[in-house]
Amino acid sequence: MAEVTKLIHKYLRHDKKFPHVWCPGCGIGIMLGALIRAIDRIGYEKDEVVLVSGIGCSGRLPVYVDFNTLHTTHGRALTFATGVKLAKPSLKVIVIMGDGDAVAIGGNHFIHAARRNIDVTAIIVNNSVYGMTGGQHSPTTPYGMKSTTTVYTNIEQSFKISELAVTAGAVFVGRGTVYHAKLLDSLIERAILKPGFSVVEVMTHCHTQYGRVNRLGSAVEMMEWQRDHAVPVEKAPGMKPEELEDKILIGVLVDKELPVYQDEYEKIRQRAKEMMNVKR
Amino acid sequence: MLQGNEAVVEGALRAGCRFFAGYPITPATEISEILSVKLPLVDGTFIQMEDEIASLGAVLGASLAGVKSMTATSGPGFSLMQENLGFAVITEIPCVIVNVMRAGPSTGLATAPAQGDVMQARWGTHGDHPAIVLSASTVRECYDLTIKAFNLSEKFRNPVILLIDEVVAHMREKMVLSDEEEVEIFDRVKPAVPPEWYIPYEDTASGVPAMANFGEGYRYHVTGLTHDIRGFPTARPDEIGPFIARLHRKISQHFSEIQMAEYDQTEDAEIAIIAYGSVARSAKRAVREAREKGIKVGLLKLITIWPFMRSAVEKVLQTSKILIVPEMNMGQISREVKRVSRGAAKVLAINKVDGTIITPGEILDKIMEAVS
Repeated sequence: MAEVTKLIHKYLRHDKKFPHVWCPGCGIGIMLGALIRAIDRIGYEKDEVVLVSGIGCSGRLPVYVDFNTLHTTHGRALTFATGVKLAKPSLKVIVIMGDGDAVAIGGNHFIHAARRNIDVTAIIVNNSVYGMTGGQHSPTTPYGMKSTTTVYTNIEQSFKISELAVTAGAVFVGRGTVYHAKLLDSLIERAILKPGFSVVEVMTHCHTQYGRVNRLGSAVEMMEWQRDHAVPVEKAPGMKPEELEDKILIGVLVDKELPVYQDEYEKIRQRAKEMMNVKR
Repeated sequence: MLQGNEAVVEGALRAGCRFFAGYPITPATEISEILSVKLPLVDGTFIQMEDEIASLGAVLGASLAGVKSMTATSGPGFSLMQENLGFAVITEIPCVIVNVMRAGPSTGLATAPAQGDVMQARWGTHGDHPAIVLSASTVRECYDLTIKAFNLSEKFRNPVILLIDEVVAHMREKMVLSDEEEVEIFDRVKPAVPPEWYIPYEDTASGVPAMANFGEGYRYHVTGLTHDIRGFPTARPDEIGPFIARLHRKISQHFSEIQMAEYDQTEDAEIAIIAYGSVARSAKRAVREAREKGIKVGLLKLITIWPFMRSAVEKVLQTSKILIVPEMNMGQISREVKRVSRGAAKVLAINKVDGTIITPGEILDKIMEAVS
């Protein structure tokens, strides 16, 4: 049996009706493949994995996979994930969010989860638009681009999600694109294995909404654009600002060590008991 | 001498609560502060989240992972929690939300009592949903009803809201806390079948499906979308209709376990006061004083606010033709009383919304007015 078929049989829910909700050509499928391959390589038991998602196209991912899955309210996935992880630290918690979910309505929770260094992995699928609701602009829609709510072009500057994560204190931040599937595989694996708050920003295309209204071509053409505009993060310091204007920096932006929340909290429990002289 | 908020903490710990996520807000902050000290001592977890929305989100995540969880807030925070509250209802996640009511609307007056969130507790979140809402009027009830709230939320897989007004939350009363005391603790019913046979949201005799916790071998899908019995999103009317009906039925079939009230001299009362929270305390005194004057008054103290106790009102209607409903709001329960009594009695409301409590004297005045 082909490798892919084995993984499909092992990880996709057998009792869930397919086809899935995504458009033909959507990059979410590539990310899903990378995620499953990473979990398979690491060797987690399916029972240990909790997939939490927000609302949007990427939020529809967990239902298809055979883990403990939790599809939450818009923007709040990280808060649910925090509760799951702190209540049962042995669980491996992976959070899937779109760009709007993670840094618009969920922005506050995003920066605080990073600041606290909660041991979850946040995979943010960034297609620069609110796809599920028909293609409205999001905090990552570039200046000057069109959407259903920026018909006269977008006048807002856009977030750089990975850089935002670095500033908020995430211990591991990686960015890839759905064109660079192999890089995605390794980034997701590293992020999952990394203790603390790890972020993988997955740049992808919404060819049916955003691509169409901005005349960016087919899914394939939009992926070729990712290939042509991706620059490894190590190369960036040697490039001029004008050269970097419309480029996507891919690779690992930060990989550092910081105390992990639940480890620190376990120390708090010890300290509390010592201070209150509680005998075990 | 325990403070109302302190008693809530003791009740929560006794009920087995081992996770609290909250955000500072007057007059509920003591609950957060004390739990931040006590939870680590029992290997529990306390976390102060970035806002109330995050607090309830974390509570729901922790509950799904198998830990009894709770949050505490007041009006402005309670408003923020409404979306996740609806999520908890449709996904049937046990949790307790304590709302220490303060004068509103909006920022209002943080240190003044009110009972203005009663209707919000029932209807604050959008869509058709059942609600279990309790009201404490003594420090002892802060303890007992917190335990009861956990038990009900575990049994019926529904969030339970405990309303306490600022007076009861901050008052101190003597209370005996005994570890050896027999306290009934109810835990969520877990699946009795192996994972391959588990249907997460199937109907049962009680209407409440068995609940598996994350990581125990049962891998299922939890979503706020309308879902079928396996938890998968559905748009089919023949699946959605029965599902929403079951959510309501699991509560409406069990009124006898959920609805609690206290009757004080109502057996022969011609005038009945219907009150809850700190106002019930003033009403109790008013009843005593009226009885001394020879007036047959009784008090129906509502402990369960929602589902509204039609049966209790009908009971006092057997003898009382005048109902007095004092509330620190514009008349949120009095309209329910009027609705269920259907003209069988005169309903006189006492409404106070100026940030002060309703005194026994004010209730007695109304009784005298009704008598003349």
